Amino acid sequence: MTPETEDSNSERESFLPLTGKGRFSGAVSTVGLWLCAAVVVGLLGWVLFDILRGGFSQLTWEFLSVEPEDAGRAGGISTVLVSTLLILAVALAVAVPISLAAAVELAERNRNRSMFARIVRKSLDVLAAVPSIVFGLFGNAFFCIFLGMGYSILSGGLTLACMILPIMTRLFEQAITAVPNEYRFAASSLGLSKSTTILRVVLPSAAPAMTAGIVLSIGRALAETAALIFTAGSVTRMPESVKDSGRALSVHIYDLAMNVSGGNSKAYATAAVLVVLLLVVNGLATLVIRWSSVETDSWSGVPR
Amino acid sequence: MTSLSRNTLYRLTINFFLNLTTRCSALVACAVVCVILLFLLRESLPALSDISLARFATDSSWYPLSNQFNLIPMLTATLLTTVGAILLAGPLGLASAIFSTFYAPRPIAILYQRLVELLAGIPSVVLGLWGLVVLAPILARFGGSGQNLLTATLVLAIMILPTVALGSYVALRAVPGSLITGGAALGMNRWAIARKIAVPAAKSGIKTSMMLAISRAIGETMAVLMVAGNVAELPKSLFAPVRTTTANIVLEMGYASSSHRSVLFLTGLILLSSVVVIVFISEVVTRRNDDA
Repeated sequence: MTPETEDSNSERESFLPLTGKGRFSGAVSTVGLWLCAAVVVGLLGWVLFDILRGGFSQLTWEFLSVEPEDAGRAGGISTVLVSTLLILAVALAVAVPISLAAAVELAERNRNRSMFARIVRKSLDVLAAVPSIVFGLFGNAFFCIFLGMGYSILSGGLTLACMILPIMTRLFEQAITAVPNEYRFAASSLGLSKSTTILRVVLPSAAPAMTAGIVLSIGRALAETAALIFTAGSVTRMPESVKDSGRALSVHIYDLAMNVSGGNSKAYATAAVLVVLLLVVNGLATLVIRWSSVETDSWSGVPR
Repeated sequence: MTSLSRNTLYRLTINFFLNLTTRCSALVACAVVCVILLFLLRESLPALSDISLARFATDSSWYPLSNQFNLIPMLTATLLTTVGAILLAGPLGLASAIFSTFYAPRPIAILYQRLVELLAGIPSVVLGLWGLVVLAPILARFGGSGQNLLTATLVLAIMILPTVALGSYVALRAVPGSLITGGAALGMNRWAIARKIAVPAAKSGIKTSMMLAISRAIGETMAVLMVAGNVAELPKSLFAPVRTTTANIVLEMGYASSSHRSVLFLTGLILLSSVVVIVFISEVVTRRNDDA
């Protein structure tokens, strides 16, 4: 959603007559569509307002800095926050380099429809469609048991890495493709090799948009629950290393709401923390995108 | 001369390694898909070989601990919630896209799309919590605990609404302006232009977004798990609790062993294959529309 493309299309509908022939259907549809939009906004407002109001009444500095006690009914979420960050770190450490290289391959070397690029794109599409619980099953069978990592932050992070791989690759690819070809021509005319062009010219110019891609992927990873329950586990102790099991924020919400009686208020507080984190993350991504003004995917990962 | 050749050698080496790295990384995506498929198959093989396929439909019920593995209740629940959710979210999402493309004044349209993106960013576990604490008690007035098929369908619909809305919006905006102005020149009003020109022209993109939403709905776990009531029986009414295939996996993976665990992986395989089939169908739909 660059400002440019928005503007080039903008206002093109404003001259359309609201009514005309078929005046009645025109009026009815106008009212109907505004109502639909009101329903959508109302739903969002309802959910957000409820979570934030319910959560902020519980939210204190202490909640963030104290360990959970009594299965989460009392205390805070400090250990959960640490585990979440560690899982995120593992996922990013694995997914960023692989996605970056794969995106370079797709955008710079195989932009045309070679067989290889087609197979890779197809795999990424399939991977993007895999339900998160299936990632959970796979992570459990592969990382936890087959590779012997057990329920650990490492297993969870690696499972998440597989999950964010397609989104991240697509966002990186868009970022690289958005670099104007003139840059490549200029580099070529200076006699730079292809790899130098990529490393010194293309990637630095694509960096802001790629940063946005990373941030958006972080948002996706933070929201994930089902893939983590049976890979990272749900131990609330402070993790000593990535080999320990650790509970992510989203898993904490699930566990408090479903398995702990009287955990709802703390679940709300944790949900508020998660939602605020996501709002910040997505806001950051929007800022970076606007700043770099490169077309990128929306938060949902819906292909544009 | 030597410096030049050394330089060339250096260059070739760098090119070679960069090429190798990017190519291998691109292959990782294929590898991950293959490994996922391989391990789901491997884990579900015991179930496939020990239990005849017919038993998944004819066993008395889902009592995994006494070796009764009737999957029909779970598959039905997944089907019902998915169909219900797309029936609710499909039209609403499309209406939302038409609204922001053709009806909303520019500033409102931009703000509105931001809000829809915000809705897309709400984690499913948070939506599930909201459904459990806010929506379920409201629906409980109609009887039961409020954790039932209807609640699950509603929450699922909210979950996939942004997918339809954002995808259709992009498709509608991609309709060439000349088509729109042509319609206006013929004296069509906005509604007619949206319905008779823009939507048909954006058909393939809209269909793709619906397909994507369906695959999301099939795979959605947490939100449904938290509001569906999770009784593994065929629902007799909208207010009966249900357990979807995805929820079943989360509920039982923790203690499942041997053939029970294997059956859970088999359901995962079923989920994966149905989603992959949808991806391929939507691809065919897009391609056919692009050709036409």
